[in-house]
Amino acid sequence: MPWGDTAPLLACRDLRFSWDGLVDVLALSRFDAAPGESVFVCGPSGSGKSTLLGLIAGIAVPGAGTVAVLDIRLSELSAARRDRFRADYLGYIFQQFNLLPYLSPVENVLLGCAFSTRRSACAIRNAPSARAEAERLLDALGLDAAALRRHRTVDLSVGQQQRVAAARALIGAPALVLADEPTSALDAEARDAFVGLLLTECRHHCSAVVFVSHDLALARHFDRVVRLAPPARREAA
Amino acid sequence: MLAVSLALKSVRHRRLAVALTVLTIALSVVLLLGVERLRREARSSFTSTVSGTDLIVGARSGPVNLLLYSVFHIGEATSDVSWQSYREIAALPEVAWTVPLALGDSHRGFRVVGTSPDFFARYRYGGSRSLAFAAGKPFDDLYDAVIGARVAEQLHYRPGQRVVIAHGFGGGPQMQHADKPFRVVGVLAPTGTPVDATVLVSLAGIEAIHVDWRSGMRLPGHEISAAQARTMDLTPTSITAFLVGLKSRLAAFAVQRAVNDYTDEPLLAILPGVALGELWGLVVPAENALRAVSAMVVLAGLCGMLTALLAMLDQRRREMAILRAVGASARTVFALLLLEAGLLAAVGAALGMVLLYVALAALRGGVAAHYGILLTLGPPSGEEWLLLGAVIALGLIAGCIPAWIAYRRSLADGLQVRL
Repeated sequence: MPWGDTAPLLACRDLRFSWDGLVDVLALSRFDAAPGESVFVCGPSGSGKSTLLGLIAGIAVPGAGTVAVLDIRLSELSAARRDRFRADYLGYIFQQFNLLPYLSPVENVLLGCAFSTRRSACAIRNAPSARAEAERLLDALGLDAAALRRHRTVDLSVGQQQRVAAARALIGAPALVLADEPTSALDAEARDAFVGLLLTECRHHCSAVVFVSHDLALARHFDRVVRLAPPARREAA
Repeated sequence: MLAVSLALKSVRHRRLAVALTVLTIALSVVLLLGVERLRREARSSFTSTVSGTDLIVGARSGPVNLLLYSVFHIGEATSDVSWQSYREIAALPEVAWTVPLALGDSHRGFRVVGTSPDFFARYRYGGSRSLAFAAGKPFDDLYDAVIGARVAEQLHYRPGQRVVIAHGFGGGPQMQHADKPFRVVGVLAPTGTPVDATVLVSLAGIEAIHVDWRSGMRLPGHEISAAQARTMDLTPTSITAFLVGLKSRLAAFAVQRAVNDYTDEPLLAILPGVALGELWGLVVPAENALRAVSAMVVLAGLCGMLTALLAMLDQRRREMAILRAVGASARTVFALLLLEAGLLAAVGAALGMVLLYVALAALRGGVAAHYGILLTLGPPSGEEWLLLGAVIALGLIAGCIPAWIAYRRSLADGLQVRL
């Protein structure tokens, strides 16, 4: 599928964001991702990597510029609609501590489609039940779902936790998966294995990935690399 | 539904900390409902200290005053009722029975009451319970005495014990009726009424110890021995008060009026239930203070819950961020925390109710014996349900505070967790 001809899945234009209205933590003129594309975003601390993900997820609203996902401008939606949109179309992986300790690993995966009827419907399209799809994803990500049933979430290793988190982000085939340095707590071997499995599953579901990391060794796995630079200091007017 | 299941699982995960909070609420609910129930039962027990008696008659004073000295043995009668008036009123056609009471003497701090053997059959308390003997039997001989449960307990008396009655209340050795000692023949079971602190003797016995006394003094040179007194006519000239039972309670007001209008001497008849209710009115401020304290304890319990919820909130920022990431709205986060507070308050209230019934079942025997208060195990009253509802409602209101903080925070934090 020639990506150049399709409308971008994600289109960010002239983004500016600041917490206090004085100092920008993010300034980005253009950032796009095509459907199914995997984008590696790197940059030094303070270049606004996490902030960018927050804006794309619709949790924060940019001070200036637009974020459009699937041609929908997030800033034009109400907060409740943005939450619905996030539930329906986005998967999110945190750097660490991704899981709710009081849910089992499989329940944590199911949480990914708990707030979205669209994702739930999608999950049971290629499995008899959402639970079966969750277990299939866990298996696909190199975890033994059957063995996992006997484990409590808090007993999982960091590597296992991140895979469960990836399964949660992927269940119900979201259009876009956002990952905020999900490998920073993993050793080199586990890191490459994790990224490989994540990207394979994303391709399988035709989900695009925006993967933020400062670890350039991972860049080779991705379709494209984007470097963020810290925004120039802008003095208060 | 999802929020309920998440709240339940989250609470279960933190069950240790949560259990303490629930226990705090439960204990405060036990106190609140326990005080309320005890208050109600104490009131009904008190107002039935004398039951089965339709009227109490004494010399004219005030209703509460008459009640205090005739039933509670507090204070002294200002005047007596003549034996003749007593006989005349007892002979009224509406009157079924009478029990005379002669007060004025004591034994080691306990009041001595001269009465007739009918007292044991007629006296009722706490609804319709009658006096029971823990040991021995009613008095029969002139110098027999029956003692209340507290007298027996404090003075370690048993049947066969010799007791000497003192003239008046306290006083020196000259004021003892030492020449005519009594013998304990019966010990009453505890009632929780003033009867427990009473030494009961026959009316003739009271008369006998006073045959050689005039105006509160022993007549010098006219001593009459205990044996001599037996041969004398011991019909009293006056009594302090008497209990009246009527053939029909409907006649109570008519007989009361007849007694109050009695022309030979100024008398007063009271309906014990009414006078007891009036007397209870004196303790209403104390009752209210008790209720205020238990309400405060509930507030303290809910503040404890609030503190615990707020303390946990910091540890749960990650949980909130995860929920937001999978699409939960800030409103869901608010609902989740509110639900949790409501859940804790409701479980606390329910547990409190259970503990209350356990405590009531465990304590009712002892309370009935020692305080004469009959604790019932009936279902919660409407008022108690209302109190429970108020506790849960207050819990929800308190829960709004952490819920609001989490709501604001989840909007501000977004997906980043600043710890």
